Amino acid sequence: MSEQKNAYMYGLGVLKTLGLAFRHFLETYLDDLRHLGKRYRTSEGISYRSSKDVSGIFTIQYPEEKLPVPEEFRFIPFLIYEEKEGKVEYRCTSCGICAKVCPPQCIWIVRSSDPNTGRPIPDPEEFYIDIDICMNCGFCSEYCPFDAIKMDHNYELATYDRKSNVYDKAKLGRPLTYYASVRPINYEREETARREAEEQRAARKAHA
Amino acid sequence: MTDQNTALETDLTYIFPDAVLRDERANYEGYIVKRELLTSIMLRLRDDLGYDYLSSLTGVDYLPDNMMEVVYHIRKSTGGSPLVLKAQVDRDDPVIPSVVSIYPGAEFQEREAWDLLGIKFEGHPDLRRILMWEGFSGHPLRKDWKEPYYEEDGKPFKSRWPAGYYKSSEEKNPLGTNVDFPAGFNPESWVPEPEVALYAGLGKMERHDEETGINTEQVIVNLGPQHPSTHGVFRMAAKLDGETIVGLKPVMGYLHRNHEKIGERNTFLGIMPYTDRLDYFNSMSNNFGYALAVEKLMGIAPPERAEYLRVMMAELTRIVNHLALFGFLLNDLGAYFTPFLYAFEERELILDIFEAVSGSRMMCNYFRFGGVARDLPDGALDKVKGLVFDRLPRKIDDLDLYITNNEIVRYRSEGVGVLTPEQALAYSTVGPVLRASGVPYDLRRAQPYSIYNRFDFDVAVRYHGDVYDRYLIRLDEMYQSLRILEQVIKDLPEGPIQEGKPQYQVRVPPGEAYGCVEGPKGELGFYVISTGKPNPWRYHVRAPSFINLTPLEAMCIGSKIADVVVILGSIDLVLGETDR
Repeated sequence: MSEQKNAYMYGLGVLKTLGLAFRHFLETYLDDLRHLGKRYRTSEGISYRSSKDVSGIFTIQYPEEKLPVPEEFRFIPFLIYEEKEGKVEYRCTSCGICAKVCPPQCIWIVRSSDPNTGRPIPDPEEFYIDIDICMNCGFCSEYCPFDAIKMDHNYELATYDRKSNVYDKAKLGRPLTYYASVRPINYEREETARREAEEQRAARKAHA
Repeated sequence: MTDQNTALETDLTYIFPDAVLRDERANYEGYIVKRELLTSIMLRLRDDLGYDYLSSLTGVDYLPDNMMEVVYHIRKSTGGSPLVLKAQVDRDDPVIPSVVSIYPGAEFQEREAWDLLGIKFEGHPDLRRILMWEGFSGHPLRKDWKEPYYEEDGKPFKSRWPAGYYKSSEEKNPLGTNVDFPAGFNPESWVPEPEVALYAGLGKMERHDEETGINTEQVIVNLGPQHPSTHGVFRMAAKLDGETIVGLKPVMGYLHRNHEKIGERNTFLGIMPYTDRLDYFNSMSNNFGYALAVEKLMGIAPPERAEYLRVMMAELTRIVNHLALFGFLLNDLGAYFTPFLYAFEERELILDIFEAVSGSRMMCNYFRFGGVARDLPDGALDKVKGLVFDRLPRKIDDLDLYITNNEIVRYRSEGVGVLTPEQALAYSTVGPVLRASGVPYDLRRAQPYSIYNRFDFDVAVRYHGDVYDRYLIRLDEMYQSLRILEQVIKDLPEGPIQEGKPQYQVRVPPGEAYGCVEGPKGELGFYVISTGKPNPWRYHVRAPSFINLTPLEAMCIGSKIADVVVILGSIDLVLGETDR
């Protein structure tokens, strides 16, 4: 760092900082001219304004513009379902790990049982998340062994009614394609791992 | 560093043969001291053996043994790991001599132990509640105390799975039956007793001027709790003689949520995201301290790459914190929000990295026991490099150029709020406040944790102990953090980021551990006791921005009322951590 001067600047310091503010003001307009038509409301403009090279004003005009969120961004979980032969199949097996690991305990799961035998079946009858209580820690998706619950990217959840903030299974459900679209890298990694595991199992079966 | 300490530890039972017993419980450390001899032993330790610095003081409620224990962590300002002393008292009549006369830094910590655990400290100058409200009945950290909407002693709650069927807390326990009032409490006629005590604590109100022969009356001015300068909801009752401060008492607890009780109800892993909410500017270093404490109990260490990532995040968060502090400090000095936003621009760029790595800008929840949550995503390292090697040095130089010699900054902050090195140590201040007073004490050097002993950096130190030096020390620390970051980026190895398989239910063997880091605000310690269950028995946070407030009155006396705002700003407090 610069050597600390013993003498005061007698007004010069104030002028200097005012100059800085003025420079910032000018830079904003110069930068506008330099990136004419590209600085605002374009994705390259937004990424420029959140890069290390930005000069001038750096704010994003929300809601006209939105900062893209990174893949790992986490906000409120959702449940993944797959559509197989016209039937909606949730990946969740109601094992309860997410409910156990949830720090504020906002997940409520009702297991369903076979009406004939009374034995539990691996499909939740009800699945509630109180999103008022959810603290977006992401533990549920991190520790789910079936990749059935994942964190969403949608952060615009304001409502007029607090009661509607208890999400049930229908409101939490998202198709697998949605997951693949918001978290492509994670999706690809998990699918590859699953395929490999299946191939190994098949190989072992063939071997046996 | 630890060697000299163990050498001395073997001596302690020889030095005080009748008063000190080694703590023999499995996985416990330190000594059990006879309560009657506590103050004389503390005095000897401070004056003859060099333990000049009380780091942490807390209580533990051992309900099954009907016993309360007060735990002291005392340190040498020359470095080394803390010496742990314990004093045990009967749970039905917990009275213990106060150590405020020996370590003034115990003042707020003893008040906290009284407030939350009901341990009486004999000889304490001002033993009032500090975090709970004045009319509160009971001591919430006692194990037999139950909160409203109490469900079970520990999470996970059985009602969530497999029982299910959502019920909100209000339905379970309708309003009106869930709050405990003291007997005969009437909110209409109630005058809070400690309010009177608070003002009485400020001393006598009239003064006779010898020269003029006029009696002048001193006035009490309450700054806060709703005041923009208090960085949150924090109140200072200041007694003024004209414009000069003659007495000042901080009042806190407006943001209190009993973090420690929540922690004791939660699982070990479940506490991790709660630590984010302590000092919400520095969730990364909060995670760090807690992870260290539990890892110490579990006896595991993270792999190399995870260690480097941890240090990288901890140093980035230090820069974030100091930038935010500059903004707030200049706000307090009257440069309204323009410099604040310039500083926040850099902070924003670092938070983008946190978001990409951990998924959240401020509530990072990134550390796990034995590693970190996930590896750096593509492009994140390039962003860090761009900041560390290009943008941040440039911008911090700018701050230095424009602020350091600005005459308003210097007039307002030089010689204001002076804390001498002796005071700083006695009041248990930590971090930049301590180092600006000329005590080069930094845990990264004094008791190296993680891999800090591998890096080349200087412990920043300044000697005037005023607000201006507290500003300069942060500037120095940012340059040192950049130095560490450069080395981290250079040496960052490839490899796994998690020791073993990630587990949601960690097995923590019984015992106690104190994990601490040099957070941006100073020593952040986590004292954890496990009984082998999924929940900790005791979970205590040694919060730097809480304990750094102890010398606030000493710093403010004699200065003008307008300077109080700046002095408070220079301590750098975050109410989420102060009130816990």
